[in-house]
Amino acid sequence: MRVEQISIFLENKSGRLAKVTEILADAQVNIRALSLADTSDFGVLRLIVDNTEKAKTTLKENGFTVGKTNVVAVEVPDKPGGLHNILILLHNSGVNVEYMYAFVQQSGDNAVMIFRFDNTDEAIKLLEKNGFTIINGSKIYTL
Amino acid sequence: MIYDIEYETMPREALESIQLRRLQATLERVYATVPFYKTSFQKAGITPGQIKSLEDLQKLPFTTKQDLRDNYPFGMFAVPMDNVVRIHASSGTTGQPTVVGYTARDVNTWATLMARSLTLGGATSGDIIHNAFGYGLFTGGLGVHYGAEKMGASVIPVSGGNTKRQIMIMKDFGPTILTATPSYTLHLAEVAQEMGVSFKDLKFKFGIFGAEPWSEKMREEIEKKLDLVAVDIYGLSEVIGPGVANECHEAKKGLHIAEDHFIAEIINPDTGQVLPWGETGELVFTSITKEAFPIIRYRTRDITSITREPCICGRTLARMSKVSGRTDDMLIIRGVNVFPSQIESVLMEIEGIEPHYQLVVDREGNLDTLTVMVEVGEHIFSDKVSPMQNLERQISKNIKEFFGVSAKVKLVEPKTIARSEGKAVRVIDNRKI
Repeated sequence: MRVEQISIFLENKSGRLAKVTEILADAQVNIRALSLADTSDFGVLRLIVDNTEKAKTTLKENGFTVGKTNVVAVEVPDKPGGLHNILILLHNSGVNVEYMYAFVQQSGDNAVMIFRFDNTDEAIKLLEKNGFTIINGSKIYTL
Repeated sequence: MIYDIEYETMPREALESIQLRRLQATLERVYATVPFYKTSFQKAGITPGQIKSLEDLQKLPFTTKQDLRDNYPFGMFAVPMDNVVRIHASSGTTGQPTVVGYTARDVNTWATLMARSLTLGGATSGDIIHNAFGYGLFTGGLGVHYGAEKMGASVIPVSGGNTKRQIMIMKDFGPTILTATPSYTLHLAEVAQEMGVSFKDLKFKFGIFGAEPWSEKMREEIEKKLDLVAVDIYGLSEVIGPGVANECHEAKKGLHIAEDHFIAEIINPDTGQVLPWGETGELVFTSITKEAFPIIRYRTRDITSITREPCICGRTLARMSKVSGRTDDMLIIRGVNVFPSQIESVLMEIEGIEPHYQLVVDREGNLDTLTVMVEVGEHIFSDKVSPMQNLERQISKNIKEFFGVSAKVKLVEPKTIARSEGKAVRVIDNRKI
């Protein structure tokens, strides 16, 4: 039910992001979704790729600090209130969203959102119980 | 084990009488052979004959690094070149290098002192010493080398650099003692990890580390990462090289000074006044057995204190505490004295922080600013931004609490801070430009 995400520490200086994409391109790794969180000094790049292990190893070999986390991909009805219904459900149950970002591709008629929850298991249970579709890793890497 | 039991366990009274006799002979000799000393003694209105006790040493003027530079290259030598068999020099990174010479007897004395040092550190003749101190004009490599041979241990003269090959040698040759600078040691640990080599599988028992100030926290880190006992060695080329003082592996609490060859004093660096035993100040050395390059009251710039408390290892020689910094490394930031090794202690109090750091000092307008660069390793990295920002704040707060100085903490990518094969570059002071 979970999706593997890698995160990379980046200093805020020009060319660092390009270095990551260069390394991944050379390794024939395809980026499926990404988000970049930044502060004035550094950034954290989060990626979902089609080959997590390969991406992680190659980036590490090139001297980057790389982490791996589990996130959740949820189908969100592509209509007004679609995302809101999910967020209000989580809020009412006390599950906190650490961060989220959108997946570029659609899944059928639905949009796909990536969530990092403070309590992943609880969130998955809750979403499934309320009829939301969670997309598992193997599907998302190739969607 | 004690290498030189007669001298290393000598009662103080006997030691002091030997010191005085050797001091007087040295003073007579430098007065006669080194014009610099004759002039400086005369200026101070003193002759060697007037030095009747060890306390009288205080009447003599200091020798500074500048004096050595002024007499570059061979002006301070006390014997003709015919008798000099070896020349070493400091790196000269802060100006003209200082050049020192050794007679055959000096080289032998040095080897004996280094053999003492290695034994203090836990080495025996059955050990294999992986010597990663640089060979060349720097005294570290050859100093350890001759000492190791003198005591009958095997030495691998690997020198600094070519780190991957070093790891391979460690695996294949099975050395039991490592000698290197602390910063290069951590680099070795890093490269070993990248190569998938665990120090737990290597045969090291002890490591003898020195040539730059390092903190107790750094010692813990090295012991943990390399799975060995880490002891501190001290020396400087102007005095003889490594082996001037060394920690015993039994106590690991202060470095025993070879007092039968060097007289140590602690002075107030501002006034030059000699401080009582136990107080912290600048270390001053007088060599009393050197032939080619005797030095009188040399200001080392190293900050430490000396105790004469007996040691559990049985040696009676006084001990100096780990050097906490150098007077010329000391940063004065908005009027506060800051030593890089103190910042290091603060950093390494925090779980997960890597020992790779650098201090950058700038002046914005009339205000000094301190930036502490800390490398982000896997232990402190998070896919969430807030834990890392909290860490920055935490470090900043701890530095503020410790020094009363605000510092900006900047997290940087791994390997951003240059790895050194010799002494680590801890400070970039942009104010001087």
